[in-house]
Amino acid sequence: MNTIHKIIRTWGLPLLVISGFLLTGCQNGQQLGSSADAASKVYVSPGEHDEFYGFFSGGYNGQLGVYGLPSGRHIFTIPVFSQAPVNGYGYSEETKAMLNTSHGFVPWGDAHHPELSQTNGETDGRWVFMNENNTPRIARIGLNEFKTQEIIEIPNSAGNHASSFVTPNTEYVSAATRFSIPMDDENMQNMDVSIDSYKENFKGTISFIKVSDEGKMNIDFQIMMPGFDYDLSHAGKGPSNGWSFFTSYNSEQANTLLEINASKNDKDFIAAINWKKAAEYAKQGKGKMIPGEHVRNYIDHEEGGIVKSETIDKVRVLDPRELEGIVYFLPTPKSPHGVDVDPTGQYIAAGGKLSTVIPVHSFAKMQKAIENEEFEGKVMGIPVLKYDSILHGEVENPGLGPLHTEFDGRGNAYTTAFISSEIVKWNIENTEVVDRIDVYYSPGHLMIPGGDSQNPDGKYLVSLNKITKDRFLPTGPEMFHSAQLIDISGEKMKMLLDFPTEGEPHYAQAIKADKVIKNQKRFYKLEENGHPKATTSEKQAKVVRKGNEVHIYMTTIRSHFTPDNIEGVKVGDDVYFHVTNLEQDWDVPHGFAIKGANTAELLIMPGETLTLKWQPKKAGVVPFYCTDFCSALHQEMQGYVRVSEKDSDVEIAYGTGQ
Amino acid sequence: MNKQQRTWMGIASLLLILVYFFPIWSINMEAPQYPEGIGMNITVNDIQGKEFHDLANINGLNHYIGMKPITPESIPELKIMPIIFGLLIVSGIVIAIWGSRKWILVWLGVFVLFAIAGLVDFYLWGYDYGHNLNPNAPIKVPGMTYQPPLLGSKQLLNINATSMPHIGFYVALLSMSIASLAWWKSGDTDNEGESGKVGTGKETKVTA
Repeated sequence: MNTIHKIIRTWGLPLLVISGFLLTGCQNGQQLGSSADAASKVYVSPGEHDEFYGFFSGGYNGQLGVYGLPSGRHIFTIPVFSQAPVNGYGYSEETKAMLNTSHGFVPWGDAHHPELSQTNGETDGRWVFMNENNTPRIARIGLNEFKTQEIIEIPNSAGNHASSFVTPNTEYVSAATRFSIPMDDENMQNMDVSIDSYKENFKGTISFIKVSDEGKMNIDFQIMMPGFDYDLSHAGKGPSNGWSFFTSYNSEQANTLLEINASKNDKDFIAAINWKKAAEYAKQGKGKMIPGEHVRNYIDHEEGGIVKSETIDKVRVLDPRELEGIVYFLPTPKSPHGVDVDPTGQYIAAGGKLSTVIPVHSFAKMQKAIENEEFEGKVMGIPVLKYDSILHGEVENPGLGPLHTEFDGRGNAYTTAFISSEIVKWNIENTEVVDRIDVYYSPGHLMIPGGDSQNPDGKYLVSLNKITKDRFLPTGPEMFHSAQLIDISGEKMKMLLDFPTEGEPHYAQAIKADKVIKNQKRFYKLEENGHPKATTSEKQAKVVRKGNEVHIYMTTIRSHFTPDNIEGVKVGDDVYFHVTNLEQDWDVPHGFAIKGANTAELLIMPGETLTLKWQPKKAGVVPFYCTDFCSALHQEMQGYVRVSEKDSDVEIAYGTGQ
Repeated sequence: MNKQQRTWMGIASLLLILVYFFPIWSINMEAPQYPEGIGMNITVNDIQGKEFHDLANINGLNHYIGMKPITPESIPELKIMPIIFGLLIVSGIVIAIWGSRKWILVWLGVFVLFAIAGLVDFYLWGYDYGHNLNPNAPIKVPGMTYQPPLLGSKQLLNINATSMPHIGFYVALLSMSIASLAWWKSGDTDNEGESGKVGTGKETKVTA
């Protein structure tokens, strides 16, 4: 015993010192690459605002996450393709039509690439577009109210991945088939054929959706394409304005075990689409109108913000075999993923994910090659240009698994390398690597504010990592994804911050905050509420029975409902609570929930009217209440509905404070 | 009174037209929940929120302490004030044309009395709003009344209320000062005029 004590007394302190040193050493090891002044660069004092809004797709949560940069604070989530019980989006009578498709109501979506609207090649802060991969759709989110204002379905498409990229003046937003499907030659209808007949029957489409000045989307034309997988896209700009570029893989046209069978060819293709020429053909009535049922859902601002759905039956399809000069193939190694056009519009970089180099095509050379007909052949009637004729250069040693590239506006490009888990900075002109930084772990997309526009804000870069593992406190097997903020203002990239992101953000975009702030709505004006079931003063509150429907025209204001006592409802009735929030001040929403409702709450913004449908199943008295802590007397903001048996003779009666 | 002094009196009267275009008094309220403040302006014939919905929101807050809603329609003074200012303008112009020094003093006297009466009246309204509270109010703090300050700042529960004159009030003060100046200066010239018999002809000419 004594000996042990002695050892502890003699060696205890040195041991502690050594273990302390080791621990410190370990922690330093964990902050790999972060610079000493990182904290001050991302610190935003209490009450201060971030410099940029970041819009991060939620991936399989179907929503759009809003983050402040450089702090990485998650400030909002905009419901887009999935129902959101948080505010009743997709549940309330007003909003559920936003999730209508030609397959009926689809409550979930897989959101991928948010893209800010642009004017003159610069982000303008009007809208964010975002694509849905699973049930092909594109949403338009209004940044005046941070709300999904329109969703359009893409017909003749399966897997809308290469989307939703805009042209420099938001003339078009584009979409393309990721999964080709068998389509008949006449009407492009999905065919009941053997999957083995891929090469014979399967086709793809690339769609151009016209965006009006008010934001209304309609499918102007589709281009029929060979049955490859179309992956990503970007529009040209400056000299290449009028063109869009789409990567494709599976030019092998495999229909099974693609990881092997679609990785065989040395080169696949980038499809260069002359959309201006195609738009002219469409305008002239070229191509043909074929059946292409798709649904468009939009907020009707004239009628109280209720979402309306319309079904469009036909769509114009252009065949590149008949209409010359709208599509050319640029051979590109090897199963390319991202395709990114530099801010000058001269160069097109491809992330050949299985390639050992990053090929950079020259737009000028491409035009010359087209002019001189330097073709190496044709695929489904589409000319394939010679690789050597269009190549600007190849970036050597770009890391393993290059995926996506963005630009800083100072002549540099930044590419994510998924397999070697790093970001590689290279010079666009001489295609030489100038810097690299490790990221944790396995980046997919990366984002620089305005980094795919003609005018990037080259201060920060965000790496959107696909693997999280130990970056945050463990949360069991499932966890948020990890994003990392990197300072790119100097010669060397500097790691600044890790922050978790909800769902699986594939792509993200960011914009200077003042471009968005200036258009912000704080609440809806009651006098402009055009909802047919609005109740704009307590005096108008009422309960009306129409057969077995009971319509309750209800108001909320701190801290009561009018009416808050309702009788005469019967089992088997369809009860509609049309709740208008009479508040006219910033940040005074009221919520509405009733016991047993088979739907979500309503979260009603000031001046807004929303409707919850409730089908009472048992007689008794049922409480409802405000779900948003609206005021000091929020807990008192409650009411009761008396439900009587079906054959009872209890008359409709209602009131507040009597 | 010479031409210059009568012009001054004319300006003093016409200046009051501005009172119809600018608020006379303002009450600003600040609270942690209102980082940008909330407030109301008292004009010659109305009480308006600083922002479009401020008055409704102030009334919304006040209902918790049982204060009756501030409704401009129910305040008769807001109907009388435009008439009183109208009379001051018209009578001031008449006095300027007429050139009577004595009546400037009368005009000033009426104006000052009116201003004092206005402030007393404002205080009484404030007292009434702040003290006559609904006994069923949800928030009752023993011994607490909510009379806004006549001038300056006062903490009322979570709200710091600041009451200050607005442009219209300063316009009225300026009008009074200019009229006083006209009266003071005309003392010199009228005395000169009477002793030296100079300028009477001119005055007649102008009046004619």
